[in-house]
Amino acid sequence: MARGYKYFEAIEKRAGLLGVLIAIMVSLGGLAEITPLYFTAHSIKAPAGVKPYDALRLAGKDVYVREGCYLCHSQMIRSLRAETQRYGNYSIAGESMYDRPFQWGSKRTGPDLARIGGKYSDVWQELHLKAPRSVSPDSNMPGYPWLSQASIDPVEITQKLRVLRLLGDPYTDGDIAGAAAAVKGRTEMQALIAYLQGLGIKNEAAAAAGDPAEGPAP
Amino acid sequence: MPTAETYNDHVVRLFLLAAAVWGIVGMSVGVYIAAELAWPALNFDIPWLTFSRLRPDHTFGVIFAFGGSALMGCCYYIVQRTGHVRLAFPRLANFTFWGWQTVILMAMISMPLGITQSKEYAEPEWFVDIFLAVVWVSFGVVFFATLARRRIRHIYVANWYFGAFIIAVGLLHIINNLAIPVSLWKSYPIYAGSVDAMVQWWYGHNAVAFFLTAGFLGMMYYFVPRQAQQPLWSYRFSIVNFWALISIYMWAGSHHLMYTALPDWVQSVGMAFSLVLLMPSWGSAANGLLTFNGSWHRLKSDPAAKFMVLALVFYAASTFEGSMMAIKTVNSLTHYTDWTIAHVHSGSIGWVAMITIGSLYAMAPRALGRPAMHSTAAMELHFWMHTVGLLLYVIAMWTAGATEGVMWRATDAHGALKYPFIDSLNAIKPFYAVRWFGGVLVLSGMIVMAWNLWHTAADARARLIKPIPVPIPEPHPIQVPAPLPVPA
Repeated sequence: MARGYKYFEAIEKRAGLLGVLIAIMVSLGGLAEITPLYFTAHSIKAPAGVKPYDALRLAGKDVYVREGCYLCHSQMIRSLRAETQRYGNYSIAGESMYDRPFQWGSKRTGPDLARIGGKYSDVWQELHLKAPRSVSPDSNMPGYPWLSQASIDPVEITQKLRVLRLLGDPYTDGDIAGAAAAVKGRTEMQALIAYLQGLGIKNEAAAAAGDPAEGPAP
Repeated sequence: MPTAETYNDHVVRLFLLAAAVWGIVGMSVGVYIAAELAWPALNFDIPWLTFSRLRPDHTFGVIFAFGGSALMGCCYYIVQRTGHVRLAFPRLANFTFWGWQTVILMAMISMPLGITQSKEYAEPEWFVDIFLAVVWVSFGVVFFATLARRRIRHIYVANWYFGAFIIAVGLLHIINNLAIPVSLWKSYPIYAGSVDAMVQWWYGHNAVAFFLTAGFLGMMYYFVPRQAQQPLWSYRFSIVNFWALISIYMWAGSHHLMYTALPDWVQSVGMAFSLVLLMPSWGSAANGLLTFNGSWHRLKSDPAAKFMVLALVFYAASTFEGSMMAIKTVNSLTHYTDWTIAHVHSGSIGWVAMITIGSLYAMAPRALGRPAMHSTAAMELHFWMHTVGLLLYVIAMWTAGATEGVMWRATDAHGALKYPFIDSLNAIKPFYAVRWFGGVLVLSGMIVMAWNLWHTAADARARLIKPIPVPIPEPHPIQVPAPLPVPA
């Protein structure tokens, strides 16, 4: 037996020591990679034009999240030529700073949506969401016709804005007071289209000036 | 009193049953959503039947319900056998079974109804997450308490992997799911944007590392030597691989976010560690495969051993593929395509499912008081259905992924993009149908296994089996083998 084994044997025969060492070893990577991001995140300034979602768009974003759109559509234009050619300027960190959870996605069964806003009319979006193959015959996207029947809950949206302000998103008292009125009588379909039509359009200029290599640096 | 001690195999049998049932449920959902991608009208405009609502049920069903039940059952089986001790806290152990099944039902019912956090592989909402954390901590308590009362002083390496699996998954689950509830059905994560992305993929990648790798390596380190009827090829090698694997994996999560708005240094660190990770991954696979040296003839007669060997081959193959895909240049082509789906399924249907099935076939007769499984022919059939289904699946998705990657970046002589997005979808539609058929074969194999287990469990259902007594070892002052006698 090698001499070092004597010390190692101590770990192999003590469950508590083994457990503590495991906990230390598995914590290092996360601490090194997440902690710096977490603290620099507080110093990110919103790029020009990026504001917290207004009540209707927030409701629409939550419909997008609930339906699981992120499973087939990314919202992250990578800094690669083929991507910027197809989808527009590459995405920067500040553009998704109000996304809880983030919607960058991991799979493109359909195209990226980071800058889909304004590319199609509201009518097209509605027809497409209700019955995708009515406007895009080869699409394999499922239809979401039920969104037209469901309406947004004004009480819940007020509560959502309060929670987001608690988490640090800069909503004013006026935003919260006006939230219920802004979504009253609107359907989930209308909210989702409002969200989609806002995606990326305000940020074109800011994104062109930014450098993704610097990420969330101040 | 101690001489009358028996192994607690009751809870092991319950988990075994649950694994068989959830395997079929999770894979059925997978087959259905694969069909939806090929034939999109199959959601019939019903919300909960739609691909995007149902996909989390497939991933949760196979990872946490099927994989989780198999892992917890095997963990309880192995920690008792390697420590020569009965499971601690029998009531808490029963709670971990019923609690885990409740978590699964809560998650798999709530997610298709739209009650979801929509964080990949961590979709269940906050109330399910809290209950899951309670069950997980109880599982840890039962495991470590059993380890604490073991009669064999040396802790066998399989238990190290289970220990790391329990500690790391607990840590990952709690940190990734920190959220503020808006109502019972909705919460917002405390992280946003790029921080949320990093936390999510730190979690997502290490769910693969600790749930789908460390836990199943624990199974492998016990059942492979058992089935090969030989000691592990190198015990010391398994220890080196253990520390390397658990510490390196945690750094690699950012390879899911190459060329994104994540800071560049985090991407590069993720890529570097992903490449280093190949060494402990191949080390573990080699250690398992070399353990079969001298007993390769067993593959002719024992389908369980065949499952294990092919599992190790696919473990080596998919970890190699994973490290290659973490190279930024390669990732720029493969990311967002079906290549990712091919990779994850060569890891899950190849490595995870096959080592689980091999271990279940090895464990079930022993836990059910029978000399062997009911039908060896059925095991053989299952092996071939699974293997052919797996190959069809991954070859179809590799081809589809490469096609998408190449078409998305193709430009004509003027530098303009050559194909609109829809062309790439049309090009891969046939592969979606092939993938679905591969899935059907794998699922059918699972049904064959369930039939076989049902018949093997006949004695258990009739309450005829006797609990297995714990061998109480003689006290041993030192368990390091004595040095070999020096020839005179």
